[in-house]
Amino acid sequence: MIFATVGTQLPFDRMLYALDVWAGSNPGVSVFAQIGTSTGTFHNMETVDNLGQSAFHQRFQAAKLIVAHAGMGTILSAAELGKPIILMPRRFKFGEHRNDHQQDTATEMARLSNVTVADEADALHESLDWYARSNFDVAPATTCAESATLQPLLDVIRAFVWDDQASDTGRAT
Amino acid sequence: MTGKNRHRPTVLAVSSGGGHWVQMQHLAPAFAGADVHYATTDSTARERVEGTNVHTYPDANKDTPLRLIACTLRMAWIVLRVRPNVVISTGAAGGFLAIKMARLIGARTMFVDSIANARTLSISARLSLDVADRVLSQWPAVADLTGAEYRGAVI
Repeated sequence: MIFATVGTQLPFDRMLYALDVWAGSNPGVSVFAQIGTSTGTFHNMETVDNLGQSAFHQRFQAAKLIVAHAGMGTILSAAELGKPIILMPRRFKFGEHRNDHQQDTATEMARLSNVTVADEADALHESLDWYARSNFDVAPATTCAESATLQPLLDVIRAFVWDDQASDTGRAT
Repeated sequence: MTGKNRHRPTVLAVSSGGGHWVQMQHLAPAFAGADVHYATTDSTARERVEGTNVHTYPDANKDTPLRLIACTLRMAWIVLRVRPNVVISTGAAGGFLAIKMARLIGARTMFVDSIANARTLSISARLSLDVADRVLSQWPAVADLTGAEYRGAVI
């Protein structure tokens, strides 16, 4: 029902323990997590180190709610499938990433209708409780397929690929 | 290469796994009609782009010097084998290396910085400013501050 991912590169035990604690007090909710290089022991959810792309996609599609670090791959996948997602940004001060760019990402992505940001365990529990109360039955979010900013980017790349200077309006400054 | 070039270009699309790769998939429609080769760090990427050429290289960053050497050698082999007309990368380090080497064989090169870099360019993008034909940021404010271009974003 809930699919959690912290990517595959760096551990993120703070998020995973917070989720495991919540799963412990909500035994009716199944939680599956891709924990990457995290070495923690989790008692209330099923975990796997690293799913391949196909299995990841399947788990993602089947889930009703995604809980994740603020990684853009996960955010884009959630937007593509219209899945509600709770983001907990990795923090540099806790040694969770090389810098604080995930916090910037989370701040910017909070504008998307399917995104909730939870900075720490209590906020994560609150968000999870909210979804649980509504039985994870929230309306699917609008997907990003028709993103207004994607088309111009595709146009400029296509013109570059074909070396078509006529259809490229030149450098924006 | 100047002016109109109507022969079918060979594109080498280079990205690390995870978010870099997901963004490359969102940009893939722009490669329609070209001969496309992907290079990525995740060998399971093949599972979701059937029928396309997918090459893999070791993941590396500035803190992993030995892997960076392995990545450089592997990338040199990929670039020489594919002989791309165009190299596009969504990061990270491997993309910069591919662009650097592809310039030596005369390819057009573009680095699209990850949308995760909302406040500043990544190191790979910053290095690419000196090497690539085009460096794009997906954030207007970052482009304004750095000399990269803003031409849109994946979301």
